[in-house]
Amino acid sequence: MKEESEQTLVAYVENKPGVLNRVASLARRLAINIDSLTVGPTENSEVARMTIVAHTDDRGGHRLEASLEKLVDVLLAENISERSLLERDLALIKVLADQQSRPHLMELIKVFRARVVDVAPESLIIEVSGTVDKIDGLLEVLRPFGVLEMARSGRIAMTRGGDLLRPPVLTAEAVEPTNAKS
Amino acid sequence: MKLTGAEILCESLTRLGVRHIFGYPGGAILPVYDALGKSKLHHILVRHEQGATHMADGYARASGGIGVAMATSGPGATNMVTGIATAMLDSSPVVCITGQVSSKLLGSDAFQEIDITGITMPITKHNVVVSRAQDVARTVREAFIIANSGRPGPVLIDITKDAQQASCEFDWEVSVPKLPLKRVRNNHDQDEFDRAIQLLNTAKRPLILAGRGIILSGAMRTFAEFVRTCNVPVAMTLLGIGCFPASDPLNLGMMGMHGEAWVNHAIQESDLLIAVGMRFDDRVTGDLRTYAKGARKIHIEIDRAEINKNVKVDAALIGDARETLEKLIPHIENRQHSTWVAHIKELKGDSAVRDIQSLPDSGHLYAAHVINDLWKETRGEAIVVTDVGQHQMWEAQYYHHNQPHTLITSGGLGTMGFALPAAIGATFAKPDCEVWVVVGDGGFQMTMSELATIVQEKTNLKIAIINNGYLGMVRQWQEFFYDKRYVATPLVAPDFAALAIAFGIRGERVTSRAEVIPTIRFARESSETVLIDFRVEQEDSVYPMVPAGASLHEMIRRPNNPLVETASEP
Repeated sequence: MKEESEQTLVAYVENKPGVLNRVASLARRLAINIDSLTVGPTENSEVARMTIVAHTDDRGGHRLEASLEKLVDVLLAENISERSLLERDLALIKVLADQQSRPHLMELIKVFRARVVDVAPESLIIEVSGTVDKIDGLLEVLRPFGVLEMARSGRIAMTRGGDLLRPPVLTAEAVEPTNAKS
Repeated sequence: MKLTGAEILCESLTRLGVRHIFGYPGGAILPVYDALGKSKLHHILVRHEQGATHMADGYARASGGIGVAMATSGPGATNMVTGIATAMLDSSPVVCITGQVSSKLLGSDAFQEIDITGITMPITKHNVVVSRAQDVARTVREAFIIANSGRPGPVLIDITKDAQQASCEFDWEVSVPKLPLKRVRNNHDQDEFDRAIQLLNTAKRPLILAGRGIILSGAMRTFAEFVRTCNVPVAMTLLGIGCFPASDPLNLGMMGMHGEAWVNHAIQESDLLIAVGMRFDDRVTGDLRTYAKGARKIHIEIDRAEINKNVKVDAALIGDARETLEKLIPHIENRQHSTWVAHIKELKGDSAVRDIQSLPDSGHLYAAHVINDLWKETRGEAIVVTDVGQHQMWEAQYYHHNQPHTLITSGGLGTMGFALPAAIGATFAKPDCEVWVVVGDGGFQMTMSELATIVQEKTNLKIAIINNGYLGMVRQWQEFFYDKRYVATPLVAPDFAALAIAFGIRGERVTSRAEVIPTIRFARESSETVLIDFRVEQEDSVYPMVPAGASLHEMIRRPNNPLVETASEP
């Protein structure tokens, strides 16, 4: 058994009801735990893009990729774990902030290149984007101040440079079977 | 031309070449049945919707085409689940059509409403809800493409009652399928291809593992040419049987849990396995840690998800079996493997001694004898549809198939109750062929209500019940692994011959070996369905047997002394 690691997959799917269910159901059937799954629109309104981060080994990553692409509604699935890629996670963190702690917090926010997006008498909402490690790092230092609430987007990923992942076009298939022998 | 959704459905099925639909009506599918009555489609009324799906499956497997099953919403649809899963596991192209409550009632727990697309998501290749009449034709056309393309599988179409009733303009030319054109993945990597050629041309103890993919791809002739060219012996999976003639000297027989001993030994001793259209199921590999350890592996497979799933391979050629073999053939050197083939022959000689056919006649009736006699009498030319269990394995061992589509059996899911309905489906696909059902007394009792379907449709098939009074395969496991504690395996059955007569079918009973051939002959000569209840030895076991999880070469072999002491009177 190979060691488990993070497998990052990108999938283009048809923008239809039930597709997310099919993808999630497939991972469940393969007994693969999904760490993060994000869905968003693409330039084509009929197509959505998913980034799936799963906790499994290389073989699980391959199986997930190949099985995903077997789903009729999945136009393309690609395991990009081994490729040079850019990953981003977005977090909104509501943290306790009184007169005393506020300057301290502002200092940390600056270091992490985060932003304050909401200010209330007793708290702040901090918006931060970046790699999972960066957000986890910020979270670590914020914890002593009192984290009241947090929302994270899950990861999106893209391969770097000229390595393009484009969805195939939706088109009519020419070959139609008939029950000629029946 | 304005048509209702129900009429469009029937018209679309007709245009796609469908002639038979196996189904059962109900409230939510009634508009379709009304349209069916006005169409040229032949509807076969089943006795249970599971039977409809098995019939459609048997139809697909016998014809090489697509089978169609139909049911109403709710319980009608859920009764189809076992049949759909059976088709899924054996890559059988079946299109299931279910009625659904009206779209405005969806999600309201209306009478006979059930989320059948949700239920069948993991057991269909694809499924879809249709809630508008104008989507019916396109969806049906897409379903047929999906069911039959790539690795085939079942597709379910759930049509709401309002979509069946609504009228819309019908134009076949406009309602073209709109499916995503996926990347073609079978442009083999040249490196993989070169590596496969190199392995093929240098192996000393090569062995081909032939699976159902060859039949599904229609690659029988190409495969035979491939075998001729490389002179490599062939082992079959259960579902591969028929893809290469059993009479060919290079055909070794079946591999796996109840495969021939010489085949399993040959696999373990080989230095190259060429797997074609098979998926290294646990029933053919045994313990993966010890499976063919000295062998490199080439995997020719259309489904990329099967590559390296169970067995890590050295060269993966993804694509259709026929196309891939055609590409390989010109590069193969014609080599003799005489030492290797002679060695396998030796292994075979040892097994022949233990074969039940070679045992002295103890006066008892053995299932293997019945099946072997059936093979001889039909000259191996019948379509045999088997159920699941001991008789299924004996059929695979003792009925020698030379033609594809002549053994129809539930392999992957192992569905008891499959045989009788699947055989009914096969008779509609191949009305001129002799169709035999070989079924156990357990499995037969699961779907025997379809006897009424046979009578209603005036179908002609022959039913051989291998009746040993036990759930035989489970009993065998209890004998070997649970110290003969036969819990819940002794099985009371009705008098099957009398039961057949009650249904209006000719019923016979056979208790001795001398009666076997005359009764088979009688059944074959009859122009109607005949059921024969073969009362066979009760505690016989299938040999060899690789215990679940054991290594492939660690087989339990048939004891050299016959089983007389365990025999009891029928």
